[in-house]
Amino acid sequence: MGMATEAQFHVLAVDDSLIDRKLIEKLLKTSSYQVTAVDSVSKALEFLGLLGAEQKDPNPPFVSQNRNQEIEVNMIITDYCMPGLTGYDLLRKIKESTYLKDIPVVIMSSENVPSRINRCLEEGAEEFFLKPVQLSDVNKLRPHLMKGKAKEDEPNNNNKRKGMEECLSPDRTRTRYSDMEVI
Amino acid sequence: MALARLRADLENLVQSMYKEGVLDNQFAQIQALQDESNPKFVVEVVTLFCDDAGRILRELTNHLSQSDVDHYKLDAYVHQLKGSSSSIGAHRVKLACADFRQASDNKNKDRFQEALDRIKCEYYLLRSKFQTLVELEQRISACETNQQLQNAMYGGGSTQRF
Repeated sequence: MGMATEAQFHVLAVDDSLIDRKLIEKLLKTSSYQVTAVDSVSKALEFLGLLGAEQKDPNPPFVSQNRNQEIEVNMIITDYCMPGLTGYDLLRKIKESTYLKDIPVVIMSSENVPSRINRCLEEGAEEFFLKPVQLSDVNKLRPHLMKGKAKEDEPNNNNKRKGMEECLSPDRTRTRYSDMEVI
Repeated sequence: MALARLRADLENLVQSMYKEGVLDNQFAQIQALQDESNPKFVVEVVTLFCDDAGRILRELTNHLSQSDVDHYKLDAYVHQLKGSSSSIGAHRVKLACADFRQASDNKNKDRFQEALDRIKCEYYLLRSKFQTLVELEQRISACETNQQLQNAMYGGGSTQRF
């Protein structure tokens, strides 16, 4: 394929839908990212070393760029609505974690709910993508990944309003979706 | 040329599905993702979708047949199916799912049944066409492999590309 990138970015994708997992994995691989896809928030937390291990293990496996042998996660992209812990719960846990809070998090959802979108962005999500996710959405990830690598802290507000813009468009149906337990 | 004919058949099938609204543009996105590194991507996704949809419809039928209908469960299943339909571009199945969720506002069992029947109807229509699509894709793939072998053995000749 020959895309000249310095090192491959590693993205952790979280989605309980098998089809959506396959799609996001393909979209990310097409963009030359390395992908790990899991089907639940608890598996994501386990992968990130957050499931009970944070206190016990002073050297979590995900951590620094210096430890070349260990797993490094450069971005997390997660579905919002999942059984058990939601994508929002995952977002909060990441942002509350000393080790992980600087990893950019992107939320995906099939539902265009402005209050949901705002809540996620306020909690620190970099982007909110409406499903089905397109290649053009994935192309928006690179600046966030580059920012993470360079350890800069510039705010980037250009693309955060996608969900809101869609909401105002007349041909988008707004589902009356009151938060319910997805079993 | 058998390969050209197969490709034309596949193209015609997909175009007719777009025309009938059975598929929408999202399916084109899926086709666009198929490449040399993953030449069976479309078939894989279509197969996954059909397996998943079949499972969900069985669960829905099962839950709806119970005397005490669990509406949350029903809604959750239809939400799943709506999601995967949307992701694969199964336009009419997606719309039928949306109709079902509207029917759930009024918890009338008959309306549920009607809406579920509509989802099934759209899904079976789609599945039948998907089966043909998968067969065509597989025959094209076999034909291409055969042609590549021929070229390798006898040299020369041009390999048809997408």
